[in-house]
Amino acid sequence: MLNDKVKHELISIVGADNVQDSRASLLVYSYDATPQFQSMPDAVVAPRNTDEVAEVLKLCNEHHIPVVPRGSGTNLSAGTTPVEGGIVLLFKHMQDIVEIDEENLTVTVQPGLITLDLINAVEARGLFYPPDPSSMKISTMGGNLNENSGGLRGLKYGVTRDYVMGLEVVLPNGDIIHTGGKLAKDVAGYDLTRLFVGSEGTLGVITEATMKLVPMPETKKTILALYEDIEAAAEAVSSIIAHRIIPTTLEFLDRPTLKVVEEYAQIGLPTDIEAVLLIEQDGPQEVVDHDIEKIAALCRDNQAIRVDVAKSELEADALRTARRTALSALARLKPTTILEDATVPRSKIAEMVRAINDIAREYKVDICTFGHAGDGNLHPTCLTDVRNKEEIHRVEQAFEAIFHQAVELGGTITGEHGVGAMKSPYLHLKLGDEGIAAMKGIKQAFDPNNIMNPGKMFAKSERKRVVVHT
Amino acid sequence: MITKQERQRIQTEFQEKMDYDELLNCMRCGFCLPSCPTYIESGYDEAHSPRGRIALMKAVVDGDIEPDDDVKRSLDMCLGCRACEPVCPSGVNYGHLLEQARDIIYQNHDLSATTKAIRNIAFKGLFPNQGRMRTMTGLLGFYQRSGLQKAARLTGIMKILPDNLATMEKVLPEVPSLKQLKNRPDHLPSLVPQKKKAAFFSGCLMDSMFMSTNDATMKLLQYAGCEIVIPDSQACCGALHGHSGEKQQAKELAKRNIIAFEDTGADYIITNAGGCGAFLHDYDHLLKDDPAWAERGKDFAAKIKDISSVLVELGFDELPLQLPDQVVTYQDSCHLKNVQKTFLEPRQLLHAIDGVQYVEMNDADRCCGSAGIYNIVESEMSMQILDYKMKQVETTQAKTIATANPGCLLQMKLGIEREGLSDTIRAVHIVDLLLEAYEYTRQPVGS
Ligand SMILES: Cc1cc2nc3c(=O)[nH]c(=O)nc-3n(C[C@H](O)[C@H](O)[C@H](O)COP(=O)(O)OP(=O)(O)OC[C@H]3O[C@@H](n4cnc5c(N)ncnc54)[C@H](O)[C@@H]3O)c2cc1C
Ligand code: SF4
Ligand code: SF4
Repeated sequence: MLNDKVKHELISIVGADNVQDSRASLLVYSYDATPQFQSMPDAVVAPRNTDEVAEVLKLCNEHHIPVVPRGSGTNLSAGTTPVEGGIVLLFKHMQDIVEIDEENLTVTVQPGLITLDLINAVEARGLFYPPDPSSMKISTMGGNLNENSGGLRGLKYGVTRDYVMGLEVVLPNGDIIHTGGKLAKDVAGYDLTRLFVGSEGTLGVITEATMKLVPMPETKKTILALYEDIEAAAEAVSSIIAHRIIPTTLEFLDRPTLKVVEEYAQIGLPTDIEAVLLIEQDGPQEVVDHDIEKIAALCRDNQAIRVDVAKSELEADALRTARRTALSALARLKPTTILEDATVPRSKIAEMVRAINDIAREYKVDICTFGHAGDGNLHPTCLTDVRNKEEIHRVEQAFEAIFHQAVELGGTITGEHGVGAMKSPYLHLKLGDEGIAAMKGIKQAFDPNNIMNPGKMFAKSERKRVVVHT
Repeated sequence: MITKQERQRIQTEFQEKMDYDELLNCMRCGFCLPSCPTYIESGYDEAHSPRGRIALMKAVVDGDIEPDDDVKRSLDMCLGCRACEPVCPSGVNYGHLLEQARDIIYQNHDLSATTKAIRNIAFKGLFPNQGRMRTMTGLLGFYQRSGLQKAARLTGIMKILPDNLATMEKVLPEVPSLKQLKNRPDHLPSLVPQKKKAAFFSGCLMDSMFMSTNDATMKLLQYAGCEIVIPDSQACCGALHGHSGEKQQAKELAKRNIIAFEDTGADYIITNAGGCGAFLHDYDHLLKDDPAWAERGKDFAAKIKDISSVLVELGFDELPLQLPDQVVTYQDSCHLKNVQKTFLEPRQLLHAIDGVQYVEMNDADRCCGSAGIYNIVESEMSMQILDYKMKQVETTQAKTIATANPGCLLQMKLGIEREGLSDTIRAVHIVDLLLEAYEYTRQPVGS
């Protein structure tokens, strides 16, 4: 509970309508898309502009009140669960596109803007913003920036980080800083822009961002390759890259995933085979035709039993949509779906898929795997039931084994979902104690009172997933 | 105010009756948020989103919060449009959760005297009773005759009744005379070689206030090759009851309807009101825990079809159809689209009319804010939603708005009136437009 004085000060900053603290309003901001995590905040605050954000942070810093910035709460790492209470900061009044600069090919946005709204707005001008997380219909740019989100087009075009040019950030002490800008080159000082990308709201609040745009690719083509053997599919991925072709998209779905996606989307996906690759290339017509032909041949060489080229944009879009809904369609099978995003160098994909299957067998848990195979970013997804404590325990063991395996193969514990509260106990696997100490030093410098999204990124101890009820 | 005791009772019943598997089925992905009209119109308040509402229901079951006024407020604000369902990748059946939650709250909470009066008259006195419904002429007539007016003066209801009620009165269709209302057919032959036998569900509002639309529906069926039976013993579908926390009554009505239609030997049971259709379509769910009725409910539900989908099935859109040149747009009925999954057929039929330039409006499938009695009890939100809708209509430059449900039709008429556009835009039920086209095409030469 906030004391009355603080509450009144908050109201005087953002207005009474923008401070909520009824039980119901606290409850609906107590969760995000991460299973098993829930914790009540003390208030929900919606500032209307950067200055109000600054004043709110200053106040909270003075009183050591935790601040949890929140976009649409779709992250999968308990990044917006207020595990230590405090205020949830909303950006529902900060959703504008500030400017589309067609000369410098940039777009400047407020953090509450929905990703798809950005994409649609720039595409209407013939420009292209490539990062397209599956959640783009509802995810916000603030969330994308702070999780460094990726999408289906990540293999060729990169992730959110590769498009950030400049930021306006409010620091915990209320200072407003500007990093980077519309410049292609800029080495004045540390690259703070990059530091804030993927910082999960633990360093400051992003209040504006300038993103890079690229010209729309001329054309694109989509193909689907079917495999009776998961490893053959994984090897095809390595082989395509090794032949120096970088497709826009190179996605992988295994059989259990295919089955549920088809049930949900009903677009005629085959459900009687072990794996499919969804591959897409864009660019000038000749390049696309040439690449697609070569990719199809490589798939066949690697034992694809069938290779289909989507005949129309409609057909291609249906395939992409199907992949986007994979995770959620899996959720139909069992009450609880736990999704991980262990990532390995792409040359190790086959090995990793094999290891995941072995681990699932060893711990007797159901794991479906799909993901951005071209990036080496797999989503082993476990179907379980939170009420079954014994099984949940095995699931955790299995995931721990998967993380170990990924790191052993030169990979990481999370490719795009972030650490949050969920994966903080495993961060040391990737960074080691020295790496964590270095990062804690940075955190300390920006946020000495630890008010920004506390309980995330760094584990207090080796504690595992927790359900917090207050 | 919900009292402490009521809160306890509600919480216990939530724990006993809410479908916990379904609550857990929501993975909180948030994919439903952009489709929810109340989330958008409330300025992106999670408490008025499907994910938020499900979380609140679950929290009540889990004992994390009490079912207080804010929880009830969140559920009351829901339109029940179920736009959150088709977009939910996990297949959460939100409509059923909402119905169950509302039922528990309304059965255990002592409503204010006014709300109770409205609900009682509407749910117990009026809608279940075809005969009584028929003697009502218009909403204002209903208001005066029902004793509500007196009750209103006593309790000061006028202050809380929305000003849109007055506007509403203006847009109500001319109500048929008592005699017409009583002389309804119970059987009609096909007017072309017969293809199918259809039973017609006439619907209480449709068979009184919109009787001519019902007549048009039956004519279309006759022209499309259907013999029609109209069982006289049918009752209100129960949707208004079911959606407003009067589940027991809804079940009784369902049983009456099953009995009325069971032995007609019809291939389909036809409705022309998306709202009724969806509820009839849900009888299997409504009666699933009643062993004597579960199977019969299923058989009944399987036969429910909207008029537009039958017309397409019987090739009505291949007949010559023509109208004077005009732009037409279509407002989806939420339940027709989200529950019965019928949305292509009405568009296909409109496209089939020569002279009609069909222009799809932006967000045609977003609720218009009518939603049963929502536009009366939550009039502020309803009008906000309607204003957005009318903006979309205006950009299409349509002369005619076609609808597929009486509630939507009235709401669109209300929207036109509020915008002062009654000279340029009309709202019609799609069957009336189709009949108009059918007859216009076949009018005697020279007339
Ligand atoms: C079904 C589903 C599919 C998904 N698919 C993908 C995918 O393909 N690729 C992918 O990368 N992710 C994916 N995600 C994860 C998630 O959608 C992304 O992480 C997304 O970027 C989160 O956006 P959000 O607006 O919901 O942010 P939130 O979840 O609200 O917040 C995410 C983080 O950002 C911080 N934050 C938000 N705004 C600010 C701000 N203005 N300043 C400082 N910190 C801020 C929060 O504190 C939190 O740490 C998926 C999730 C779901 C449920
Ligand atoms: S889309 Fe479905 S699973 Fe996702 S939050 Fe909404 S109701 Fe829950
Ligand atoms: S039924 Fe309609 S108003 Fe209610 S939660 Fe679903 S989308 Fe929102």
